[in-house]
Amino acid sequence: MYVAVKGGERAIEAAHGWLAEERRGDVAVPELSVAQIRAQMALAVNRVMAEGSLYDPDLAALAIKQARGDLIEAIFLMRAYRTTLPRFGASEPVETGAMRCDRRISATFKDAPGGQVLGPTFDYTHRLLDFALAAEGETPPAPEAVAAQRAMPHVMGYLDREGLMEGAGAGDAVPPDMTRQPMELPACRALRLQALARGDEGFLLGLAYSTQRGYARNHAFVAELRIGAVAVEMEIPELGVSVELGEVVLTECETVNQFTGSKTEPPQFTRGYGLVFGQTERKAISMALVDRALRWRELGEEDEGAPAQDEEFVLMHADNIQATGFLEHIKLPHYVDFQSELELIRKLRREAGAGREAAE
Amino acid sequence: MSISGKMKPGAGMTEYNFAYLDEQTKRMIRRAILKALAIPGYQVPFASREMPMPYGWGTGGVQVTAACLVPEDRLKVIDQGADDTTNAVSIRKFFEKTAGVATTEETARASLIQTRHRIPETPLTGDQVLVYQVPIPEPLRFLEPRETETRKMHSLEEYGLMHVKLYEDISRHGAISTAYAYPVKVEGRYVMDPSPIPKFDNPKLSDCPAIQLFGAGREQRIYALPPYTKVVSLDFEDHPFEASKADQDCALCGSATSYLDEVIVDDAGGRMFVCSDTDYCRARRAAGHVGAQGVPHEEAGA
Amino acid sequence: MRAEALSGGFAEASVEAARAFRAVMRAMARPGTVERVAGAAPPAPLSVAAGVAVLVLCDPTTPVHLAGAHDCAALRGWIGFHTGAPVVARGEAMFALGTWEALAPLEGYAPGTPDYPDRSATLIVEMARLEAAGARLTGPGIREAAALSLPEVAAFEDNAARFPLGLDFLFCCGDRLAGLPRTTRVEAI
Repeated sequence: MYVAVKGGERAIEAAHGWLAEERRGDVAVPELSVAQIRAQMALAVNRVMAEGSLYDPDLAALAIKQARGDLIEAIFLMRAYRTTLPRFGASEPVETGAMRCDRRISATFKDAPGGQVLGPTFDYTHRLLDFALAAEGETPPAPEAVAAQRAMPHVMGYLDREGLMEGAGAGDAVPPDMTRQPMELPACRALRLQALARGDEGFLLGLAYSTQRGYARNHAFVAELRIGAVAVEMEIPELGVSVELGEVVLTECETVNQFTGSKTEPPQFTRGYGLVFGQTERKAISMALVDRALRWRELGEEDEGAPAQDEEFVLMHADNIQATGFLEHIKLPHYVDFQSELELIRKLRREAGAGREAAE
Repeated sequence: MSISGKMKPGAGMTEYNFAYLDEQTKRMIRRAILKALAIPGYQVPFASREMPMPYGWGTGGVQVTAACLVPEDRLKVIDQGADDTTNAVSIRKFFEKTAGVATTEETARASLIQTRHRIPETPLTGDQVLVYQVPIPEPLRFLEPRETETRKMHSLEEYGLMHVKLYEDISRHGAISTAYAYPVKVEGRYVMDPSPIPKFDNPKLSDCPAIQLFGAGREQRIYALPPYTKVVSLDFEDHPFEASKADQDCALCGSATSYLDEVIVDDAGGRMFVCSDTDYCRARRAAGHVGAQGVPHEEAGA
Repeated sequence: MRAEALSGGFAEASVEAARAFRAVMRAMARPGTVERVAGAAPPAPLSVAAGVAVLVLCDPTTPVHLAGAHDCAALRGWIGFHTGAPVVARGEAMFALGTWEALAPLEGYAPGTPDYPDRSATLIVEMARLEAAGARLTGPGIREAAALSLPEVAAFEDNAARFPLGLDFLFCCGDRLAGLPRTTRVEAI
């Protein structure tokens, strides 16, 4: 006698219990605190905030802890939480020119007002495993100097004033909000940038890399990469003034790319733009390259058929929460559909066999 | 910034709104549902929200259900025709927690049914709403990946590509090789994906007394069939559509007309066929029907 | 803002809106059936049913047109306070409110576009009388035929002929409402 399998509910509860236990791991090892993750896994926290579209380092650290370090799972937790939050209003655009920079470099000029500031970067570390960290020794304090209270104007501004850059182009007064409106194609640049800013870092990295290797090559120079804190202000109509709500750390990348021009217009450099929450420079540079590649139509370039030029391909596949959900759903039961395919293939094979016999 | 100000660890789902979604989101979904009912088979874009379950696991259906539920509803959730598959259990739990609605496994007692991949065997009534979970709402997507193109095709009623594909099947295999998510035409206008139901279920789409709603969360589309809408499975005169199932009777309840799952029962490849609709099978057994490998209802219950 | 603008909304928004939407959905899915709704107490000249429809469907993202006597300070205040919906000219409206005479002619409302036929206006029509009798209705949502006391026939024939473009209607009278989507074929009897 056959009895169908039952007990989905019990199985789910047991799986959740086991998962919680595995998350904690060996209880002989002290538990990680959210504060530790926030302080010592800051780049993971930054990525989770950026792709989770929610600037809250504590929640991002909590999500990482809950997700056992699976960053896409942590991003998912942030997104699902974010979507339940009431919206009180929109901030003023942030002024990245007034950023308090921890890092600011330009690849296009040897020096510029404000200087080249390396900041806390992996760039020139030799990638040698540091076994001293395994011994949990305290890190000696870094040498300090008094920060120069100099303004750090955008490097791009110099090229702008010389007329060498294409106009940035005024966007719509109110940019569309991809979290409140369904994606509509073709998308304006503001919408594309939103989608890229929360897109998967790995996906954008691969696309950006493909442009460097010749799939819609656009010869990007990093005019400037800056990381630091900017003030977020919001206008309170009742008070008639803007008030500062707080600060967020951003990474901004502006690229200067090969110029365009025509018989009527002198050649001008073109631009790509990346702006991402937190210290996330791989993502910001990738974003700038992909942004630039997606602008082929407005810049009168050819459609080379390169993946990074294909707006629909890029925007519809950049979101790792959409992608991981749909990818992983194929492990759900599909036996009803499979059964219908089984019936069909058996029938077609029977008919094909009968046809062969008849022919013989 | 402190965590305690924003999240209250240990607090239940009661802190969320009725049926989880906030009212503005529900209004947006409700407007989309009304336009979907007004243009049967047309996919209405909606600003799908991130749900606390993965895309591809029923987020579209869940959002549509959340926008439709009333406290008086009796909800049934099935996946593959069964009430006790893990994802059906998970979604049912979600609404028990967030909407406090009663649930049931009995098709006839349910006022709202959310389904993945099946239409119940028991005929639906005019008092019921059937909500389908849809992975890829665009029937033309496998022929043309670009939304910008398929939108044009729908607007121009240009469905030649679909007919060419189906006809190529016939020339290659002697039959249309689509067994599920078999495309349909609604009221002679829009070609529609009926979600990945087996084509066996397609005839039940047409002239159905219940309201049928389709939700695709990741793809941000809602579409609908009002009651008694005419729905025709695409076919050709010389190759008419055929709803097919395994040529067997249910081993447990003996039904010769219900859609069957094939279950492998031993290492030698032995198999049996049982109803995919677990409630239908249970009700038949309760009414005294016994299949070849079934046992009378009382014994099974003991 | 007058005090009446602040009252007359749903007392328990999520649950009352859910019940009301189910009724509106049934009405739109089954042309010719009359549904009863409750929960709104709007200022005159808005009916309870039309007030409920506004509370269920309108918000700051849905421009509303107020036709004729419905374009009054009391209603502007009530809709503004409870929904935040901007009041606009008929061509920009997602919803329009008024009597049939005030709403006419129908040419001015958005019928949707061939790519997006859903981007069309829904007219919420105040009726002196509403019953399942009168013009003969056939089409999706209707088993064989239904009937509804429509204000006229020709306008609905024209509207249905534009399918998939077209307008959709909610007819309201007191606390009762009925729906008429663009798919319904309307004949005089």
